[in-house]
Amino acid sequence: MRKYTLISLVSILVVVAVWSIVTYSNMIDPLFLPTPGGTLNALGEEIGEGIFFRDVGVSFYRILMGFVISTIFAVPIGMMMATSRSWQAICEPIVALIRYMPAAAFIPLSILWFGTSDMQKFFILFLGVFFQEVIMIADNCKTVNKSLLEVGHTLGFSKGETTRNIVFRAALPGMMDTFRTTWGWAWTYLVVAELVAASDGLGFRIMQAQRYLATDRIVLGILVIGLFGLITDQLFGLLYRKMFPWKTLEKAKG
Amino acid sequence: MAMQWAEEQTEARGIMLLANNVTKTFMSNKKEITALDRVHLYINQGEFISLLGPSGCGKSTFLRLVAGLDSMTSGSLELNGAPIVGAGRDRGVVFQQYSLLPWMHAWENVAFALKKTKGLSSAQKKKTAYHFLELVGLKGFERHYPAQMSGGMQQRVAIARALVYRPKLLLMDEPFGALDAQTRRDMQDLLLRIWEEEKCGVLFVTHDVDEAIYLSDRVYVMSAHPGRVAKEISIQMNKSRDWNDMLTDDFVHYKREIVSELERQKALKKLAANG
Repeated sequence: MRKYTLISLVSILVVVAVWSIVTYSNMIDPLFLPTPGGTLNALGEEIGEGIFFRDVGVSFYRILMGFVISTIFAVPIGMMMATSRSWQAICEPIVALIRYMPAAAFIPLSILWFGTSDMQKFFILFLGVFFQEVIMIADNCKTVNKSLLEVGHTLGFSKGETTRNIVFRAALPGMMDTFRTTWGWAWTYLVVAELVAASDGLGFRIMQAQRYLATDRIVLGILVIGLFGLITDQLFGLLYRKMFPWKTLEKAKG
Repeated sequence: MAMQWAEEQTEARGIMLLANNVTKTFMSNKKEITALDRVHLYINQGEFISLLGPSGCGKSTFLRLVAGLDSMTSGSLELNGAPIVGAGRDRGVVFQQYSLLPWMHAWENVAFALKKTKGLSSAQKKKTAYHFLELVGLKGFERHYPAQMSGGMQQRVAIARALVYRPKLLLMDEPFGALDAQTRRDMQDLLLRIWEEEKCGVLFVTHDVDEAIYLSDRVYVMSAHPGRVAKEISIQMNKSRDWNDMLTDDFVHYKREIVSELERQKALKKLAANG
């Protein structure tokens, strides 16, 4: 494991080294790509101006709300779609249709309806996340081993009890993977929404920096978003291992 | 004629399960397949019955009908006088692939079967689960996940789970089929010990001739395509319930009888295929 960490570190260092070489040697104009030092400098400036942590906080709040609202609806509806044919017939056509409409295309409409408020961000996030997530949750539930459902029947459970006690629990690890993936998409849709219509947030800051040709702040914004994505992804991984210790055992067994 | 047979059987003994004319067909590639063709059989109270036959003889299909997991096309299936409609807690089922819930410890898997039992505190449920795990020889493994146990151990948990709510009839679908020979023997002995203690009826599905003779009071030999009961054999021999049983003249006699029936079926099938 230590070797693994070492290799990963070296790989990151190589990227930073290449970045340093092409920028410090003036091979690339800093107008197009700032130096690592310049980017760190921009971070210092933004913290000094008191906007950095506010942006991070605002963006994080929006993404959390958008994700939670989507997920609160996606989990029960996805489970119903997986376990009941009537529910599937009701939901599937609508979900399938909206799923193929790009969330970004709704931005003009969303501004018309909600202005540039947080509601508008939640709306775009919901469109981008919910309709994909619900299909993935339904799939997670459909892959539950049929014999586990039969165990429920033989123990005298009703359909609802089987769904709650067996389907949900058996599909939960798969759902966690779904959350991990959709959380990543939520970031993308947030930044898209903030780029177009916002007065704060990480996406807005990138857009504003472009107007002043502050390339260092653009790169900083992108890096910060990437870093947050990485951290939350690691947290999801940690949560997964804590919640499902038996999954690790199964893998070890092969 | 069939009705008369059924009535005679009910009167004669304390019948637990009575299958009369049970037929099951299903569609496969737009062709109707008859999985079970007019199956008659019965199980007495507390009796150990094996369904023995080659793959495709519908023995597992029949077990699923009794479990209430599938429905039959025609015929009647009664458990203690009442027709079987759906699954229920008067029957316990042990599947070949154990089917334990992987997110639960062994004891939780067993206690899970008591979820619908009224009037038991969770502490009592836990105690009962621990007791049944001890019964199947898993004392000390209560807090293991299924992934931490061997196939034989997992099947012991599954048996404990099927017994813990005291069903009248235990249904076992090739429960030891996936186990190695040694573990299989141990599990057979374990099953007999528990059966003698619990006094429930057992419907045991297997394709292993030795296993059927060793365990059962009666064996139904089935034939395939379509699935029918070809022969009923009462196993009447003194059983010391150890491996020496398998070396006795009686045992070999029954084995010869069953094997010759299976051979006869094979010959008939060949004839039909050529004719």
